Parts: sequence; structure tokens; C-alpha cells
Amino acid sequence: MNILAFAEERGGKFKKSSLETVRAGRRLADALGGEFVALVAGSGVSAAAAGLGRYGAGRVIAVDDPGLAEHSNTAIAKVIAEVARGEGATMVFLPASQMGKDIAPRVAIKLGAGLAADCVALRPDGNDIIATRPVFAGKALLDVRVTTPVKVFTLRPNIFDAAEGGADARVEARTVRLDPADMVTTVKEVRVTAGRPDVTEADIIVSGGRGMKGPEHFVLIEKLADVLGAGVGASRAVVDAGWRPHDEQVGQTGKTVSPTLYVACGISGAVQHLAGMSSSKYIVAINRDKDAPIFQVADYGIVGDVFDVLPALTEELKKTGK
Amino acid sequence: MKVVVCINHVPDTETKIRVAADGIAIDRAGVNFMMSPYDEIAVEEGLRIRDKFKGDVTVVSLGNDASKETLRKALAMGADRAVLLRDDGVRDSYATASALAAEIKGLAPDVVLFGRQSIDYDDAQVGALVAELLSLPSVAVVVKLDIAEDGRVVCEREIEGGHEVVHTKLPAVFMAQKGLNDPRYPSLKGIMAAKSKPIEEKPAAPSEVRVQTVALRKPPAKNPGRIIGTDASAVRELVRLLHEEAKVI
Repeated sequence: MNILAFAEERGGKFKKSSLETVRAGRRLADALGGEFVALVAGSGVSAAAAGLGRYGAGRVIAVDDPGLAEHSNTAIAKVIAEVARGEGATMVFLPASQMGKDIAPRVAIKLGAGLAADCVALRPDGNDIIATRPVFAGKALLDVRVTTPVKVFTLRPNIFDAAEGGADARVEARTVRLDPADMVTTVKEVRVTAGRPDVTEADIIVSGGRGMKGPEHFVLIEKLADVLGAGVGASRAVVDAGWRPHDEQVGQTGKTVSPTLYVACGISGAVQHLAGMSSSKYIVAINRDKDAPIFQVADYGIVGDVFDVLPALTEELKKTGK
Repeated sequence: MKVVVCINHVPDTETKIRVAADGIAIDRAGVNFMMSPYDEIAVEEGLRIRDKFKGDVTVVSLGNDASKETLRKALAMGADRAVLLRDDGVRDSYATASALAAEIKGLAPDVVLFGRQSIDYDDAQVGALVAELLSLPSVAVVVKLDIAEDGRVVCEREIEGGHEVVHTKLPAVFMAQKGLNDPRYPSLKGIMAAKSKPIEEKPAAPSEVRVQTVALRKPPAKNPGRIIGTDASAVRELVRLLHEEAKVI
């Protein structure tokens, strides 16, 4: 039972979801009694590779190739599949990040493997794994078993613990031959939206709905978010109304999120919104309507006017140092 | 330009999911179904590509008679033809992708479109599986798509906290994200025209299943929490609870 975990590197750093994936892979390898190896691939990725040791990787394979300077989903998939074959990996883990979700299906096909996507739990079962994945945006959970000899799993960000502990890893360089045909699709530019974390990765999300009464009032949401170092979310109603950009939408037709803290402001809690955020660890709701469904899932509620409560909350957090 | 759009008939977003007696499927009784919202965006994009370059749009859905409603809607939006790949069995995303890939291969399109994900099983994997099965390039979570006459493509896809500018070339598979376009509503004329457009029916290609469902279950119910107050005076207590009880800030 050999487990391979792919870690996504961007700008010399590993994304948190990749550290979570490496730690989860290590834990499963220990539980199932197998070898564990992490894989990094790209241009100039070797330098950071040893650091994965702190998340449980004793060995890291680095495919460091200037030809991978422009990310290509087909090329990275080929690299992962070839390394997995070389290592005799029977389980391949990737983060369910946008990059991981883009690559994993290709890796699975190349390895003749079944793929369990966006897993939130991995339970050892004999020498196999039962994986749990949310479906219908979290309205239900599906327990699945991958029945092929080689299995691929993607792990939802913000669910698995990226616990630190361990020495630097031994890094082994490896080459994988890439042809022009592997590089038809390439990322030419990454445009980062400056500032706040994305809702799928944020530890804390401050989210606004129709109760904010207009796009101009979202400055109250943003101020609170900035004090908390939080991402900004929005309900479908306000995105459809054009008050907020699509990439902030939380819910069944937006993003499904699992932050440590979700602060819902002026959001009533439509079924499709609750589905997208109810797996948050703690939920705070601020809404004038005491019967709003959001209070059914909130840990702490304030039945009050967001225009009074939000500025007061921001000030209080400033005073108490977050 | 030959365009294929794969669309799925799914429970609407207001549906409260109940588990069926078999413990692995949803209880479909009383559930309203609709075209998956991202698939509407994919259909719209397909129609725009056709209108710009000439050609035709074929919509394909895997399912049973119920899926005809969604195919009919796509025809009403303006798609030229529809194919129903009949299947009543249990399929995972691999088996679904295999059947779609077999059909798409025969159609030999320039552009294949999917929604970013189907909002039922939420894999967001079928499009890329189909692309890999057909050895085609793919770009997921696309919010901007520019196709040139010569088949070169410049598109933007959404990633965490930003966008990637991706270059590729046709034939290729794209997964549409909200923001790519605003899907049109079918016009009355479109709805009438759709009635006379045929839906071709054929059995879905058989395929192995690689991911087996052990159980479908409801997430543990959350207990309603506490109402701390009714105005701004409650924030001090809220901050204390977040610090000391929840320990999340």
C-alpha cells in the first residue's frame, strides 16, 4: 500500500490545502501500513520541497523542470501518473484545489483508477479506505469505495488538519520526459485579486445578503472582514443583483465553504445557501428577522440591525485585538 | 464550428434532500428537477460560438425520459439537435464520462462545453474525464472564452483568489463558470420551435463503475444556537464567546 500525495506549489510556497493533503496521506499510510511519498512538480520547486517533511513526508520526489514554468494541466497529470507508476502507488492524493480538481481526472484515467472527488473524510477500512464526499452542496454525504486497484482521491481544503511535526524531507530529483503535445494548454498569466483570501481557503468568512440593502453598504462587511483577516462572501441574491462579484458567492450555485468561523450578515438562509456553508465550524448570524432560517444553523445569533451591529462588532474586535 | 454541450437534469436548488429506502440514492418523490445552472451557461456559450462562426450546437444528456425536459429547454434556447443517452442504471462519474465520450467521439466537435459542475453530485470531474478519454485539451471554471478563426483559444479561468489566463487550441473541452455569460431565457418562438426538433434517443454505452456508493446519508443535524441579544450591545458578549468558548478568533 504505497501512497503518493501531490503538493501544489505557487510562487515558492505550498498552499495550505496541499499541506493538509500531505499530512492526511501520511496518516493514512501509517494507518494502513504503507510507504508514503510526496511529489512536487514545476519549475524551481526543489527549494521548497524539503519543507514538506514538517507535514509528514519523509521522502519528496521533485520533478523540477524549466519546461513546466508555464503550468499545463496535461503535463502535470502526466508527471503525476508516471511518478505514481514508478513508485507503485496504489493511492494518489491531491488537494481539491482548482489545480487539483483540474488534474485529478486526467491522472485517474492514465492510471485506470477510480476517483473520489472533494473528500471530507477518509476512513481506513481493512486495507482500503471509505471516503466521504458532500453531495448536493452538502445537503447529503456520500460514503464511497473506489473499486479499482489504483485509487485517486482529492481532499477538500480546510477540512484535514495540516499538523506540523517532523524533520526536513529527503528530496529526490526525478525527470519525466515531456513532449510538445503535453503542453498544448498552458497558463500564460496568473492575475491575483489583491487583498482578501478566497472564500474556499479562508479561515474566517464575513458574508452579506439582501439585508445589506445595497452594494454601497458592503463596506461594513469589508471593514469587519479586514479586522478579522477574513474573506468576503455573498448570497446568491446579492450576486444576482450585481452588488458583488460571482467569485464571492456562497451556496449551491456558488462555492461550498468550510471555514472555522462564518459570519452571516443580513442573510436569511435559503436552502441553497445553508447547503453551501453549514459545514462551517462556527456560525454567527446577524439578522433583523428572528424567524430567519439562518438562526437554525447559527451557533451565536444577534437578532438586530446589521447597520448597528456590524460597526459595533468591528470596533469591539479592534479594541480586543481581533 | 461544431459544438457539443453536455447537460444534466438535476434536483432544483430549493430541494431538501431525503435518502431513499435503498440507503444509497435520493428519494425523488416530490422533487422538482431542472437543468443544472452551470449547464445553462454552457448552452448559452455554445449558441454564441455557433452564431459567431456558423455551425451547429448539439446538446447531449445521459439519463431517462425525465431528462428530455432539460434537453427540450436547451432546444428552446436555440440548440439545433438533442441526443438522449438512455440509461437507468447506476453510474459514477467515470461511467458517465465514458458514455459521453463515446457519443462525442462520433460527433467529432470542435468545441465541447460542460457546466463547471453538476449541482447534484458536485464532482466537477466529468468534463476533464471526457477530455482525457478523448485526448483533448480542457480548461475548467472558465469565465472568459475567446476563440479565434484559426482555432487558437485564449480564456480565463477562476482559481482561488484570482484568474489564470490559459492558452489552448481546438478541438477542446471547456467547463463554464458563472460570469462567462448571462444565459438567455427561451423565447416563446424558441419554445414553439423546440417542439418540432427531434430528440435522438440511443442507449448509453455500457461502462464499468469505478466508485461504488456505500451509503448516502444526511449530515449530522446542527443544534440551533443561542440568541445573544437584539442590538449592538450584544457584540461584547459575542466577542467574548468567540474568544473564550469557540476559541476561533
